[in-house]
Amino acid sequence: MAENKMHILVCGGTGCRASQSEQIVNNLKAELESQNLENDVRVLTTGCFGFCEKGPVVKVVPDNTFYTEVKPSDAIDIVNEHIVKGRPLQRLLYKNPKNNYKVTNTASIDFYKKQVRIALRNCGFVDPENIDEYIGRDGYEALGKCLSDYSPSEVIDIIKKSGLRGRGGGGFPTGLKWEITSKEKNDQKYVVCNADEGDPGAFMDRSILEGDPHSVIEAMAICGYCIGANKGLVYIRAEYPLAINRLKIALSQASEYGLLGNDIMGTGFDFDIEIRYGAGAFVCGEETALIHSMEGSRGEPTFKPPFPSVSGYLGKPTNVNNVETFANVPVIINKGAEWFSSIGSENSKGTKVFALAGKVNNVGLIEVPMGITLREVIFDIGGGIRNGKKFKAVQTGGPSGGCLTEKDLDIPIDYDNLIKAGSMMGSGGMIVMDEDDCMVSIAKFYLEFTLDESCGKCTPCRIGNKRLHEILDKITKGKGTEQDLERLKLLSNVIKDTSLCGLGQTSPNPVLSTLLNFEDEYLAHVREGKCPAGQCKDLLKYEIDPDLCTGCTLCYRNCPVGAISGEKKSVHYIDQSICIKCGVCFQKCKFKAISIV
Amino acid sequence: MPKIKLTEYATNLVKEICAKFNNNEGELINVLHQVQNKLGYLPAEIQELIAQELNISAAKVYGVVTFYSYFTMKPQGEFPISVCMGTACYVRGAEQVLDEIKRQLRIDVGETTPDGKFSLSALRCVGACGLAPVVLVGEKVHGRVATVDVKKILAEYKSGCLSDKE
Amino acid sequence: MDKIKLTIDNKEVEVAKGTTILDAAKQIGVHIPTLCHMKLHDMGIENKPGGCRVCVVEVEGRRNLAPACVTEAAAGMNINTHSIRVINARRTVTELIISDHPFECLTCAKSGECELQDLAHQMGIREIHFEGEKSVYREDTSPAIIRDMDKCIMCRRCEMMCNEVQTVGVLSAINRGFYAVVSPPFEQNLDHSVCTYCGQCVAVCPTGALTEVDHTPAVIRALSDPSKTVVVQTAPAVRAALGEEFGFEPGTLVTGKMVAALRRLGFNYVFDTDFAADLTIMEEGTEMLDRLSRHLNGDKTVKLPILTSCCPAWVKFFEHQFPDMKDIPSSAKSPQQMFGAIAKSYFAEKQNINRKDLVVVSVMPCLAKKYESSRDEFAVDGNPDVDFAISTRELAALIKLANIEFKALPEEDFDHPLGESTGAGVIFGTTGGVIEAAVRTAYELHTKKPLPKLNFDELRGMEGVREATIDFDGLPIRIGIAHGLGNARKLLEDIRSGKSHFHAIEIMSCPGGCIGGGGQPYHHGNSDILIKRQKAIYQEDSMKTLRKSHENPYIVKLYEEFLGHPMSDKAHHLLHTSYFDRSKHFEQED
Repeated sequence: MAENKMHILVCGGTGCRASQSEQIVNNLKAELESQNLENDVRVLTTGCFGFCEKGPVVKVVPDNTFYTEVKPSDAIDIVNEHIVKGRPLQRLLYKNPKNNYKVTNTASIDFYKKQVRIALRNCGFVDPENIDEYIGRDGYEALGKCLSDYSPSEVIDIIKKSGLRGRGGGGFPTGLKWEITSKEKNDQKYVVCNADEGDPGAFMDRSILEGDPHSVIEAMAICGYCIGANKGLVYIRAEYPLAINRLKIALSQASEYGLLGNDIMGTGFDFDIEIRYGAGAFVCGEETALIHSMEGSRGEPTFKPPFPSVSGYLGKPTNVNNVETFANVPVIINKGAEWFSSIGSENSKGTKVFALAGKVNNVGLIEVPMGITLREVIFDIGGGIRNGKKFKAVQTGGPSGGCLTEKDLDIPIDYDNLIKAGSMMGSGGMIVMDEDDCMVSIAKFYLEFTLDESCGKCTPCRIGNKRLHEILDKITKGKGTEQDLERLKLLSNVIKDTSLCGLGQTSPNPVLSTLLNFEDEYLAHVREGKCPAGQCKDLLKYEIDPDLCTGCTLCYRNCPVGAISGEKKSVHYIDQSICIKCGVCFQKCKFKAISIV
Repeated sequence: MPKIKLTEYATNLVKEICAKFNNNEGELINVLHQVQNKLGYLPAEIQELIAQELNISAAKVYGVVTFYSYFTMKPQGEFPISVCMGTACYVRGAEQVLDEIKRQLRIDVGETTPDGKFSLSALRCVGACGLAPVVLVGEKVHGRVATVDVKKILAEYKSGCLSDKE
Repeated sequence: MDKIKLTIDNKEVEVAKGTTILDAAKQIGVHIPTLCHMKLHDMGIENKPGGCRVCVVEVEGRRNLAPACVTEAAAGMNINTHSIRVINARRTVTELIISDHPFECLTCAKSGECELQDLAHQMGIREIHFEGEKSVYREDTSPAIIRDMDKCIMCRRCEMMCNEVQTVGVLSAINRGFYAVVSPPFEQNLDHSVCTYCGQCVAVCPTGALTEVDHTPAVIRALSDPSKTVVVQTAPAVRAALGEEFGFEPGTLVTGKMVAALRRLGFNYVFDTDFAADLTIMEEGTEMLDRLSRHLNGDKTVKLPILTSCCPAWVKFFEHQFPDMKDIPSSAKSPQQMFGAIAKSYFAEKQNINRKDLVVVSVMPCLAKKYESSRDEFAVDGNPDVDFAISTRELAALIKLANIEFKALPEEDFDHPLGESTGAGVIFGTTGGVIEAAVRTAYELHTKKPLPKLNFDELRGMEGVREATIDFDGLPIRIGIAHGLGNARKLLEDIRSGKSHFHAIEIMSCPGGCIGGGGQPYHHGNSDILIKRQKAIYQEDSMKTLRKSHENPYIVKLYEEFLGHPMSDKAHHLLHTSYFDRSKHFEQED
């Protein structure tokens, strides 16, 4: 980055690209060229900045000015005001919602204040399609160090001492996993990177691969060195075209630079990486299922042991780690195990990336030290609940996790505490819910997901989850009984106790945790046939308040099924037998005359 | 001697792709990806040919195709619509949006409109959670979609085709 | 071998390292219920996907219950196989399976033999607490096998047999989650597929999802039609297994009672497929010697090894999978079809019966025989040589239906002329038997000397692939034997690649040969039963006075009166066949 005076970084994550960030880049470049500034200022497409809520995001360095919700048409102003005249473009600056002050620098934005970026250290700072930028930020230094200064067992020791645990959900100690695989005697071993992110609402692995693919490549090579493997495989979702493309570019650049291939850095160590594609099966996040999928079969898990570290891909010892886990490795080597283990809590070291989403003000990708509380994440980083609504619950761990409530907000987040609280870390989805969310429907939503994604191999997951879902469906339709609640509990516990793989063993968690924390809400459904959150269609109806209705006919004109009748300037009426409860009238009414009862 | 009919293009394509992967049965999923990318879908005849080229049973190929939601045996519409049903989108009303699209197009998830214009699918998290709820039409992302926007979005593509014809 | 100690239900047990909890428990008489698991010990066949979760047990210190069938016993384990937690889980899992299963026990073909029914009984299930959607599939009827997938419990046994053991590759799990089921490709019917109808899927299906096509109503109709003469032929393996259906120990020979029962059922003539087996040896043995001597005389056009062709599933297998080699198997028809052809020509003429009024019923240990009898080439003007092929199980059902008390029946003899057989015909029922029978005759025909011994132990056994060299008086004849189509495939691939050194190969599709056929009484995973049946077959052989096919006086007479000599034009016309290329061919669309 040395030769240019200034850089304009434009977020090229999937979210911002969906809001035309590519066009912003093109427009910026064109404007700079027209002003003959293209040699002074470089425009870079980077990985995700994390602040997706306010995307597309543009940052100008070295002064760190942070522009949010930028449109392609803003490019001219950014160049003219900021670059040419040297003053920040006021109208695009982030406004602190608490005091409405404009904030120029990322460091002063609440969203970033409490974050510690290790796995995401380069996301939003480097051009992921340029290996030199990665190298410029100490990239491949760790690999060089390992190959020349340390023996494999010394590297494993560092990882063990750092306390790094698997970020994919299980939390198994990474160093120990490497050690076990390293001790297997075999002429061929494999390093597998699990990039089959499937948790609906989590996108950290994709963001890392899009924003900093080299960190994963470097870590896989280090892992290969440690366990004695010279072949790496990245198993990635085919639905991630941008990540795949950037990974491919990174792989070819690394090979060109001799950082992959034969005799890496002249040390005699060979390592190559191939890409394998997932095809839309959540269960393939499970190691054994992933391996079967890579072998060209149905992604059905098999009983462990044997563990992949003993018998994995093509029957060979295989070390499987997920993207985020790998992304931590080079920093640990560079900065030392002590540094890493100084961050985090007693048994969970370092940081965790979360995809913060749902009814929170600042949706985005965040990285926080382990041990931070949910309250800090949701209210400080997340900026609290949208539209001034009341916080109700937060689901961590995706479909495998549970709903945590007000009482859990001050628990320090780590692997063990979340399990104790009835949820789990999972891959890092964090969905915030407010008072409008029906917890029975939420449980049903997650069950629907598990149902869709169950491989069908074992009885409890195949049929048990189906029955769970059916009972929940009954309850949301007002046809449930209190006995059904008992049945939910019993069945949930048996499914947890008897399922073959992690998917089934955790699938009832959303049901059990909502039953535990929101029993009242379940009871309201089964006893009174009411949905307190007003979400369950079959239990609610839309009504027009005659006192508030002005007869503007807007609802009448927008009703898709003709359920609303009434003359202009007279009170309107909804025919409940026709109404499909789509809520359009409710959204359209300007006089709050339509209510949900 | 059962006969299976295929176009010359498809036959050569499948054979080339399989050959590229050394006709290795372990590469089945990669082969299916590439073939679907080119042909848009994976009809039974194509699967039979892939099975023959990789020397595996057609049953296995079909077992794999039906396991992974990414693979489809039906041709997609001109404008494939995907509604993100990730959790972030769900809690921001994706289900209602999906219902509205179903109602407008009179098709269910996994189906294509009779005129071949639209096909509808639900997918899990496109990772644009900041824009939730998200609807993809082809490659284009429509963010923060409310039920009332559905008609407008669909009209964009419907009218687009009309003007093409004119 | 390393031994480890663990505690199961408060009893200490010592087992070899690597033993599963299931097997360890068995050693101390604790029988943990299973459903998907199946192990045929002596054949190296095991299905253990660990999917049904019925066998879960509580292992102290573990968070979840452990499936006993796949969990290795470890030193110091403390296991409880019937704690409240275990029983509750096991019952719930069983209830879940039943909640997705039709309540058709009273009318189900598998009633009384159904492992799910047994399990429900054992668990004392009185009520299903979970109601909901049930899987519904289109019923698929083929010439031999009925698939009623509503009753599939996803144990995957059929899939394992079809792919791993038989390498036929018709069945695979499809879809996922609740809609996962085992199916032929593209959910087509079996008769569109490469299915061989070997019936091994039916033999291992724990429920009524896979059953045979029932020919008993048609047989009853024929028996009650006074205008028909109904003859029956019984395959060798049937007599070694039929007794099991009536409470006899496995391996009890019930030949005489079977004949008596058939007579009481109303068959006009009770004949024996063993007779046709002797006839097969005459034809196939002669063909073998012919090919062999041409080969020895330097004829390069002759193909060796010669492969046996008595097994219809095997025939269909190579027609689909090895059509390039369809001229290698012997052209001799199977004994069932030879019998049909002779019955509807020689016998019909003798008795002066129009072939249309003669009904030939065969009792077979096999389901592929139903398909074989329906093949177009085995009919004359639409009238099949064999009208109906029923399985051993169907015969048992007929006997029960007719109120015949099987155990009390006297021993009776087959009728003449098509009921006389030698020991060579009997051993057709087991792996190794056809080739041993062929050796007994070929040796004497070739060397013109009497056999020095009758039992060829080197050809017997249960290993999947066996080979032996038999000394034909100075000429070493190399023989290969395979049972199970997966093993057959190995030998075929060797032939294709020019590696095979055999002169003759015997192939039977089912593990163990016909004694383990898809139409036999269910073995429920107990391979001891197959071994006992095999012993019974060799026992019947050793009890016979005549043990070489060419010494069967009725065979000799048949050639004298009707056929002339083996491989004569007439024999060729009636007793030989040809094979078809059934592989898929891709064509360019116009």
